[in-house]
Amino acid sequence: MTTAAPDAAGGTRRSADGFRRAYRPVDARVVAGVSAGLAEHLRLPVVWVRVGFVLATFVHGTGLLAYLLLWWFLPLQAPVDGSPGLESARRRGLRTGSRGPSRRDVVQSAAIGAVGLGVLGLIALGGGWLEGWMLPLLLVVTGIAVVWRMFDDAAWNSWLRQTEGPAFAMRLLVGLAFIGLGAIYILTVNRGWSAAVDFFAALAIAVVGLSLILGPWILGLWTDLGTERRERIRSQERADVAAHLHDSVLQTLALLQKNADDPATVATLARRQERELRDWLYGRQDDTATFATALRDLAAEVEANHRVPVEVVTVGDAAPDDGLRALLAATGEAVVNAAKHSGASRVDVYAERVANGSGDRMEVFVRDRGTGFDPDAVPADRLGVKNSIIGRAERHGGTARVRSTPEDGTEVALTMPVSPGDKESA
Amino acid sequence: MTVLSVLVVDDHAMFRTGVRAELERLGSGRVEVVGEAEDVDTAVAAISDLRPDVVLLDVHLPGGGGPEVIRRAGASTTFLALSVSDAAEDVIGVIRAGARGYVTKNISAPELLDAIDRVAGGDAVFSPRLAGFVLDAFAGTIAVAQVDEDLDRLTEREREVMRLIARGYAYKEVAKELFISVKTVETHVSSVLRKLQLSSRHELTRWANDRRLI
Repeated sequence: MTTAAPDAAGGTRRSADGFRRAYRPVDARVVAGVSAGLAEHLRLPVVWVRVGFVLATFVHGTGLLAYLLLWWFLPLQAPVDGSPGLESARRRGLRTGSRGPSRRDVVQSAAIGAVGLGVLGLIALGGGWLEGWMLPLLLVVTGIAVVWRMFDDAAWNSWLRQTEGPAFAMRLLVGLAFIGLGAIYILTVNRGWSAAVDFFAALAIAVVGLSLILGPWILGLWTDLGTERRERIRSQERADVAAHLHDSVLQTLALLQKNADDPATVATLARRQERELRDWLYGRQDDTATFATALRDLAAEVEANHRVPVEVVTVGDAAPDDGLRALLAATGEAVVNAAKHSGASRVDVYAERVANGSGDRMEVFVRDRGTGFDPDAVPADRLGVKNSIIGRAERHGGTARVRSTPEDGTEVALTMPVSPGDKESA
Repeated sequence: MTVLSVLVVDDHAMFRTGVRAELERLGSGRVEVVGEAEDVDTAVAAISDLRPDVVLLDVHLPGGGGPEVIRRAGASTTFLALSVSDAAEDVIGVIRAGARGYVTKNISAPELLDAIDRVAGGDAVFSPRLAGFVLDAFAGTIAVAQVDEDLDRLTEREREVMRLIARGYAYKEVAKELFISVKTVETHVSSVLRKLQLSSRHELTRWANDRRLI
């Protein structure tokens, strides 16, 4: 699981230019998400990364510095463009929120951090290393972190909540006060209060310098904020339309489907509408054709043409190749047969990508609870099953098996090897 | 046969009315709708007031969603998720929170009655779609936020049972196919549910504690 999960969970996010980029995750951050993001990017257990940062801190604070720098440089993971129905449900508080850092993560980070601090403290006490500098240094770092955190949150807030005025000002003041205090302490420890005057002069110069350095960055941040605000308004509008549809059309359809007096026509129409809405609301956003989406399209088509509901359940997916296209065609034939001849009220289609030692294979089962037939008794001149299903599967290296009994209906089982090398699309 | 008391929790009044009408028409003598609730707070209040045998629970609810209701209403109630959403995240999420089963809203009334009977009897109810999600979740193919890395593995037998359910088999057909009893199928299904709900060691310890196993 440890190796498979991050892979599947999105470790393969690629930007348009084909490079894998590291992100700080939005939803599982303990401090800033640097460790989690890095761990996902490097495919390492997150504990190692955390311990690594703490250890590196002993080497002249490199770990801390690296953490802060990465915090600055690693972008927050752009929110995945979710389907409108889910987004709106999340926004309106109809869903439980995303995961957040797990309790284990928080405890673990706190423990590692505490151990690190303890060791640092011991070094400071015992060796006199950094004597007198420890406390002010910590104060300065805390101050910087608070201010930093605020800017980080400004970007983060823009798609979660509004930036709050008083809290904003408070944290800015507290952060600056900490930095100031730390700096004054450093100065006065060595040279007494007389240095304070010099310090403020130096501070003024430093502020000018800093604003020259950081000015463009802060300006850029504000611009980003505006862009994101516009984005949010737009996506909210979209989500509100989705919410309306969800509340009215989808609910009504569910009822129509259950209470219809003229079951055949109404149910079919209702199902067609429902399917469309469902796809739109609960997202199959991946418009790249995969085996699973092709299968769903095929089911929708049969459903529309033959007025028999076709339930599709898929586990795993693959990019279609010749073999899988043949499998798809054979499946289509089997589904049409079931819809046309069995008289069943529903056709179940189940497709699973089965991992195998020598290579994956795709298995498809088409099942109906209709009248059934005797596969051996099918006249030789009727080529539907023999040619279109069994023959087609076998020509491409797959297998097909038809099992049919009058009481249980028919099940067509098809398998096809999946050509290696499309792991990415799985 | 005792009459099961049922609470319908859904933020859509029309749907509540529809379910109530159907259950009263088809399920009189088997189930009785004792109340309705429309959001997390009213649901939690209604559950503690009415003590229903089974709660039909929507996944999307104002105030935090179905999982929130389960967390706040405690473990003594049996929940059957009844949702229009078929997003894997939502479905697995509500099961992980502790629902005993999941069916979509386009389920027919007799099937719904059957599902209510089954969860009230302590069994788990898996629709083919849910079985598919479960297989995906355990295989690590879908990124479900709530499914973490400690997820216990499914045994070969449990996987077989899940696959057959995903293929649209009813429990008794699964039993026939695998040459086992329906009771055994239900045991497998329940244990899959338990694995899904207790994926972290912490929760597993609590579960064992609650049952005085350790």
